[in-house]
Amino acid sequence: MKKNNCLSVMLNGILKENPVLVLILGTCPTLATTTNVFGAFGMGIATLMVLICSNILISLLRKVIPDNVRIPCYIVIIAGFVTVVQMVVHAFLPELYDMLGVYLALIVVNCIILGRAEMFASKNTVVKSALDGLGMGIGFTLALCAIATVREVLGAASFGGNAIAFLSDYKIEFLVKAPGGMVVYGLMIALVGALTHGKSPKKKEFSCAGCPSAGICHANTCAEGKEEV
Amino acid sequence: MDNKLYLSASPHIHSGRSTTSIMRDVLIALLPATVAGVVIFGLRALSVIMVCVASCVLLEALYNKITKKDQTIGDLSAAVTGLLLALNLPANIPIWQCIVGSVFAIILVKCLFGGIGYNLVNPAITARVFMLVAFGSMANQAMPTIVDTVSGATPLAQMAEGESPKLLDVFLGTTGGAIGETCALALLIGFGYLLFRRIITWHIPVSYIGSVFVFSFLMEGFDPMKALTLILSGGLFIGAIFMATDYVTSPATPKGKLIFGVGAGLLTFMIRYFGIYPEGVSFAILFMNILTPYIEKLTAHKIFGGTKE
Repeated sequence: MKKNNCLSVMLNGILKENPVLVLILGTCPTLATTTNVFGAFGMGIATLMVLICSNILISLLRKVIPDNVRIPCYIVIIAGFVTVVQMVVHAFLPELYDMLGVYLALIVVNCIILGRAEMFASKNTVVKSALDGLGMGIGFTLALCAIATVREVLGAASFGGNAIAFLSDYKIEFLVKAPGGMVVYGLMIALVGALTHGKSPKKKEFSCAGCPSAGICHANTCAEGKEEV
Repeated sequence: MDNKLYLSASPHIHSGRSTTSIMRDVLIALLPATVAGVVIFGLRALSVIMVCVASCVLLEALYNKITKKDQTIGDLSAAVTGLLLALNLPANIPIWQCIVGSVFAIILVKCLFGGIGYNLVNPAITARVFMLVAFGSMANQAMPTIVDTVSGATPLAQMAEGESPKLLDVFLGTTGGAIGETCALALLIGFGYLLFRRIITWHIPVSYIGSVFVFSFLMEGFDPMKALTLILSGGLFIGAIFMATDYVTSPATPKGKLIFGVGAGLLTFMIRYFGIYPEGVSFAILFMNILTPYIEKLTAHKIFGGTKE
C-alpha cells in the first residue's frame, strides 16, 4: 500500500500533474529552450537534478526553517544546487552550457522548483519529496522534449541538431520563433487536457495554507480542497 | 399541410436569412475579385484558390467528424474562409504552404475555439499573418502574368523605394500583390453587391478606407493623387470590405463599427509608414479583432428605462 502510494507520487508528476502542461509552471524555460531537442533535454535533466536535491534538502529541513523566512531559505538552497549544476555542465558539457546560456542560471527562479518546495517538500517526508522531485523532473523533461521535437522537426527540419533531409524544403520557420513556441505549447496543453479528459487537478488540490498570496486572496475556491498527504 | 396553430413569443416575421444565405452572398460578392485574380495572375492562381477552398472545407469536415460535432460545412463559412485566404496569398506560393495556412485558419483559429461564431479573430486574416511571419515566400509577391515578369515589388514596396505606380494600374490590379487584393474595381463591385443585399453596412469599409486616405493625404503633403494610389494599393480594399466586416469579429453597433474602422485605418497607416512591413492591413484588422469585445462594451446601446450601472 505504502509502496503503491510512493509510486503514485512519482507518476503524478509525469502526466496527471505535469508541471509544464497541467500546472503551467516554468513557462519561461519551456518557451526559451525548446527550439532544439538537445537543449531541451539538457535543460530538463539539469532541472531534474536541482529539483531532486532541493526537494530532499528542504524536506529534511522542513521542521527547522521558520515559516516567516521560508522563501529566502528555499531560494538559498535552490541557488546553491543551481550553481553546482551550472559548474558541472560548464566543465563537462560546454556545448550545452553555451546553448542554454542564461537559462541555466535562471533555473533558480524556475517556478517548478520553488513551487514543489512550497507545495510538497515542506510538508512531506524525505523519500516522498525525492520521488516527487524525480517525477516532476521527468515530467518537465518529457514535456520539454515533446514540445522541442515538434518545434525543431517541423520548424527547422532537424532533430537534436541533425538535419532531416526530406523535410528541408518544408520548414515552417514560424515554429522556432517565440509565437510558434506559444502555439505549440498551447496545443500540447490542450492535448494533455484531452488525454486526461480535463480531470487533471485544478485549483482544488492546492491548499491555501501554502499559498504565498493567501493573505491578499479573497477567492475561496481553493479553500475547499486540501493537500492529500 | 397541417393546420396546427403554433404559439410563440414575438418576433413572428423571419427575414429568411440564414448563415448559409449570407455566406452564399459573400461568395458571390467575392466572385469578381476571384475572376480578376485568375485573369491577372493566370491558372496558377486558380490552383491556389482551389487548394485553399478544398482544404478548408475538408479540414472542417474532418474536424467535426473526429470530434463528433454536428457537420457545419453546409453553412459555407469554411468555403468563404478558404476563398478569402487564397485571395490573400500571392499566386506563386508553394501549394503545401497553402495547406498549412488552411490548417492554421480552420483548425487552430476557428474549430478549436468552438467553430463559427466563437472564433476570437478572423481565420483568414490570422492565417495570412501567420504565413507572413512563417514563410519568406510571402514577401516575394507574384507579378501579373500579363506583364511578363515572374515576381517583383508590390506598389507599396515600389513607393517605399520612391517610384510611383500608375493610378490606373493599381485600380485595375495589374500590379504585383496577392491574388485577390490588387483589383480594386472588382472589389468595389463586390462591395456594391454586399451593400445592395444588406449583408454589410457602409460603416467599417468607409471609415477604414477613409481614414487611411486622410492620414496618407496629410502625410504625403496634401497630394490627393498619391493618397488615392496609396488606398488603392495593397490589401486595403479586400481587408476593409471583406475581412474587417466579418460579423463574428467586428462590433455590432454603428458607433463601434466607426471606431473599429478608424482604429484599423490608423494602425494600417502607422505600420505602412513606420513599421518594417510594407503592408499593415492584416495586422491592423487582427489587432482590432482582439479589441472588438471592448469596443462593443464601450458602445453598447443604453436600454431605455434600464437601470444605471
